[in-house]
Amino acid sequence: MLLIRCPYCAAERPELEFTYGGEAHIVRPQNPSSTTDDEWRDFLYIRSNARGIHYERWRHMHGCGRFFNAVRDTVTDKFVMTYKAGLPRPDQAELEAARS
Amino acid sequence: MHTHHPLVGRALAGPHARVNMRPVEDCARFILRIDPQNLAAASTIWGGNLPPTTGGLVSASGRIATCIGPDEWYLIAPLAEQDAIESAFGELYATTIHSLVDVGHREVGITVEGPEAVLALQATIAFDIAAMPVGSGCRTIIDKAQIILLRQGPDSFRIEVWHSFADHVWNLLAGICREIELGV
Ligand SMILES: [Zn+2]
Repeated sequence: MLLIRCPYCAAERPELEFTYGGEAHIVRPQNPSSTTDDEWRDFLYIRSNARGIHYERWRHMHGCGRFFNAVRDTVTDKFVMTYKAGLPRPDQAELEAARS
Repeated sequence: MHTHHPLVGRALAGPHARVNMRPVEDCARFILRIDPQNLAAASTIWGGNLPPTTGGLVSASGRIATCIGPDEWYLIAPLAEQDAIESAFGELYATTIHSLVDVGHREVGITVEGPEAVLALQATIAFDIAAMPVGSGCRTIIDKAQIILLRQGPDSFRIEVWHSFADHVWNLLAGICREIELGV
């Protein structure tokens, strides 16, 4: 089982308290009725499916209830860091700092 | 409605027991959702400090308040104070957006106490119980049932669990207590 750090609880908690929420930072179109079919398809279904660093949403469902974002390496399954929802993607320097 | 309390009359306790389990007497329970910026107003209505950070727990004069999320509090009070609390928060609606929901009907309290209480809970909860601060509370999972776990003292815990899972949680812990007793 993985331990995941919830940025709201500021604590490492067991994976089974969490649910996965798919890729993070997918921006919902401001005006869905003006998007083309292709744009709407991309928004709904097309994901980066990264091999390596992946930015993704998690929810501390059986804890504080909050959605937050995580950076996880899809090869090693190791979490690099987690951060609160609404914050921008951490940059390379932040990821390096979190790794060390 | 309390006649259906699934744990009425049960207890697993003795003067030499390493873990004692008892159902908690009926009490008033609420979930309070409010913007943390308005916590002072809510504390005034509650009549005591509401803990400001997730995991915080304040226990005083028969009342318990624990912060289980950034804007969510679990409140426990004597049954006799239920109406007064509800009407006081009712007046707060006029000035402050919040939500106070009576969840007393759905939860059952179980105390788990004794020198091996940590071991008993650790047997079926996946995070480090020994590292849980005394005077803290959180929502978590025991086996597969969601609970709210309060640590009131080094050897004193309280579980709040939904009625429908209470029997399962009780029997599971009772089995674990029996193993501890037998030194398995
Ligand atoms: Zn959390």
